[in-house]
Amino acid sequence: MFPELGQFSLILSLFFALSLAVLPLVGYWKGNRLLLETARPLTLIMSMLVLVGFISLCIAFLSDDFSVLYVAQNSNTQLPIWYKVSAVWGSHEGSLLFWVLILCGWCSAVALKIRTLPADVGPIVLAVLGIVCVGFLSFLLFTSSPFVRILPDAPLDGGDLNPLLQDFGLIVHPPVLYMGYVGFSVAFAFAVAALITGNLNASWARWARPWTAASWAFLTLGITLGSWWAYYELGWGGWWFWDPVENASFMPWLSGTALLHSLAVTEKRGVFKSWTVLLAIFTFSLSLLGAFLVRSGVLTSVHSFAADPTRGVFILGLLIVLIGGSLLLYAIRAAQVRSTVSFGLSGREAWLLLNNILLTVLTLTVLLGTLYPLLFDVLGLGKISVGAPYFNAVFSPIALLLMVFMAVGPLSRWHQTSANALLVPCVIAVLVSVSVSAGLVYLLGFGVTAFISLAVAMWVVVLSFYDWFSKVSAGTKGIIPRARQLPRNYYGMLLAHLGMVVTLVGIVLVTVNSEESMLRLSPGDQATVAGYEFRFDRVEQLKGPNYLSSKGQFTAYKEGKQVAVLYPEKRFFTTRQQVMTEAALDAGFTRDLYVSLGERVDEQAWGVRVYVKSFVRWIWLGGLLMMAGGLLAALDKRYRKRARAI
Amino acid sequence: MHPLRRKRLIIIIAILLILSSAVGLVMFALQQNINLFFSPTQIASGEAPQQATIRAGGVVVEGSVKRDPQTLYVSFDVTDYQYSMTIEYLGILPDLFREGQGIVAQGSMMANGVFKATQVLAKHDEEYMAPEVSDALKNAQSKRVTVTESALSY
Repeated sequence: MFPELGQFSLILSLFFALSLAVLPLVGYWKGNRLLLETARPLTLIMSMLVLVGFISLCIAFLSDDFSVLYVAQNSNTQLPIWYKVSAVWGSHEGSLLFWVLILCGWCSAVALKIRTLPADVGPIVLAVLGIVCVGFLSFLLFTSSPFVRILPDAPLDGGDLNPLLQDFGLIVHPPVLYMGYVGFSVAFAFAVAALITGNLNASWARWARPWTAASWAFLTLGITLGSWWAYYELGWGGWWFWDPVENASFMPWLSGTALLHSLAVTEKRGVFKSWTVLLAIFTFSLSLLGAFLVRSGVLTSVHSFAADPTRGVFILGLLIVLIGGSLLLYAIRAAQVRSTVSFGLSGREAWLLLNNILLTVLTLTVLLGTLYPLLFDVLGLGKISVGAPYFNAVFSPIALLLMVFMAVGPLSRWHQTSANALLVPCVIAVLVSVSVSAGLVYLLGFGVTAFISLAVAMWVVVLSFYDWFSKVSAGTKGIIPRARQLPRNYYGMLLAHLGMVVTLVGIVLVTVNSEESMLRLSPGDQATVAGYEFRFDRVEQLKGPNYLSSKGQFTAYKEGKQVAVLYPEKRFFTTRQQVMTEAALDAGFTRDLYVSLGERVDEQAWGVRVYVKSFVRWIWLGGLLMMAGGLLAALDKRYRKRARAI
Repeated sequence: MHPLRRKRLIIIIAILLILSSAVGLVMFALQQNINLFFSPTQIASGEAPQQATIRAGGVVVEGSVKRDPQTLYVSFDVTDYQYSMTIEYLGILPDLFREGQGIVAQGSMMANGVFKATQVLAKHDEEYMAPEVSDALKNAQSKRVTVTESALSY
C-alpha cells in the first residue's frame, strides 16, 4: 500500500509544482496579490507531498517489500538496517527522489523566509524554483519511478545493495553533496527572478548571498566527504581521481566559488551585476550538467548509474529548456541591469574580477577535460581518455596563481588601494614565504613544485594574518574587542582561505612525501616502508551479516616500538558475488598508515598495498575549514538584521 | 585616451592574456595526456603506435593468467574474439579482475608485441563493461558475422 501512496503523493506534488510554476507568475503579470501569495502555501504543500513519497519508499525498504522493483534491486533481508535506509538513495531512482526531496527542502526554506523579501520578489523566486521542481518531478515520474511493482512474481529476497555503497561514507556523502548541488538552484531562482522583475540592486545580492554561501558550504563538505570515502573505500588510497563524476561536482563548486565572490562585489559596490546573474545561471547549469553526466551514462565513470538513453535525453531536454530559457531571458533583460558605477583598477573589485576570471578559466578547463572524450567520440575520432596528468598539468598552475591573488584581495580597499598599502605586506610575505619554504624544501629534500606550492601556502598565511592583525590593531579599543567586532563574514572568508592553504599543504605533502609500495607478502613476512616496519601476522576467515571476509592482521612498528595493529579485509558479498577491499588505516595528524589486501596470489601469499601517506588528513581538514567558513559567512548577522528591518 | 576606455582596454587585455595562456596550457596538456583506445584487432593489424601511452582492452581469456611465484608480476591475454594480445603488469590487479571479465589497461606496446600495463582497470559493477571494450567486441563480432555470412554464401 505504501508504494502506491508514495506514487500518488508524488503525482499530486507534480500538480502543486505546476501551479507553483504558473500562478505566482500570472499574479505578477496581472498585478494580482492573491495569486502571488499562493506561492508560499503551494511550496509547502508540494514539499510535504514529496516528503510523504520519500517516507513511503523508506518504509518499503525497511519492510523488505521486494514486490517493489527498486527495493528488490537494491536491498536484501540480510542487509543491516542503516544500510537499508541509505540504500534508498543508493541507486538512480531513489537518489533522484532524494534529490527532489532536498530541492523541496530548499524551496520550503525560502518559503519560510519569504517575509524577508519584498512582496513581489519572494513569490517569483518560489515560482522559478517551482519550474525546476516540475522538471525534476516529471523526470522522476515519467522515466524513473522508484515505486514500480513487480507483481505477481515478487522475489523472496532482494539483489542487495552494491557493496561499494555499504559504508558510512555513503550514508552521509550523497545527502550533503545534493544539499550543495541543489542549493545552487536557489541562487539561480534569485537570478532569474531578478531578471523577470528587473529589480537587480544591491539588496538582491544581499538576499542571494547567504543562500549561496550555505549551498557552497554543503557542496564543499560533500566533495570533501566524497574524497575521504574514495580514499578508504576504493582500496588503493587515492583521494581524487579526476573522474567525470567528481568533476561534475567540482565544476559547480568552482563556479559557485566565483559566484560567492562576485556576489560580494555586487552587494558592496553595485558592480558586476549582469556578470553575477550570468554566473548564477552558469553554476546551476553545471549542477544540471553534472546530473546529466552521472545519470545518462555518456561518460565512463566509477559512479555511473545504469545507462538508460531515455533518461539522458530527458535530462538533456531539461537542461536545454532551463538553461536556454534563462539565457534567453538574460539576453533580453541584462542590458537593463548594467552597472553604472565604475571601479578602479587598483581596488578590491579588480582583484575579485581577477578571482572570477581565474575561477571561470579553471571551470572551463575542467569542463573541457571532462567532455573531451565525448566530443572525440561524437566526431568519430576514436575512443580516448583524458587522464589525471592533463588535469594536474592545467589545474595546478592556475590554481596556485589564484591562491597568490587570493591573499592580496582582502588587503586591498574597495574602489582604490594605494600602492604602499599593498607593497609593504607583500614584500614581507614574499621574504617570509620564500625563505621558510626554501628552508623546508632543502631540509626535506623536495623538488621545485613543492617549493612553489609551500611558498604560496606561506604567502597566504602571512598575508591573511597581516590583514587580520592590521584590522584589529587599528583604533584605540584594544585587540580583543576589535577582533570580536569584525563581522562573521570576514572570519568566514579568513577560515575558508586558510582552509585552502591547509588543503594545499596536504596535497603537496601527500604527493611528494608519501611512500607507497605494492608487495607480495605471506603471513610472517615483514616489510619496511618509510621507516615503519610492517609485520604480516595472519589472515583469518570470518563471516559478516551479508559477506564472508578474509581478515588480515598487520602490526606496524617504528624503531622497534609497536605503533598500530591494522586489520585490512577482503570481503566477498554472497548475493552479488562481488569482492570488496576494506583498507585498514591508522590515521594521524601528520601521516596515515594504510594497508589493504589485494588479491591472493597463491596458497599463502597476498598482494598487499602498504602506504605511508604524509599529511593526507590535511586535505579534508582544509575542506572542513572551508565549509565552516562558508557557514559562518551564511550566518552573518547582517543578513538577518536587515531581513527583520524590511 | 578616455580613462574609462583605457580601463576597459586594460581589463580586456588582462582577460585575453589569461585566457590565451590557459588555452596554450590546455593544448599542451591535452597533447601529452590523451590516451587513445585500441582493440586487440587494431593492435594485431599494427595500428597502435609503440612506446606511446595508449589504452587497450578486451575480455580476459580463460586460463591465460600467469603469475610469477616470487613477485607481483602477472601476465594475461585479452581478446575481442577476433584477435588476442598479451598484457604484462607488475602490481595488484583490481578486485573485479577475473577471467572472462572485460578490462581496460593503460600502458604501451613493446617491441615484442606485448602490452606493458602501468594500470589495469576493471569496473566496480558486475554487469558493467567499459564502453570501449563492448564497442570493440561489437565491431569484432559484426566482422565475424560478415565472415560467416560470406562463408555460407559459398
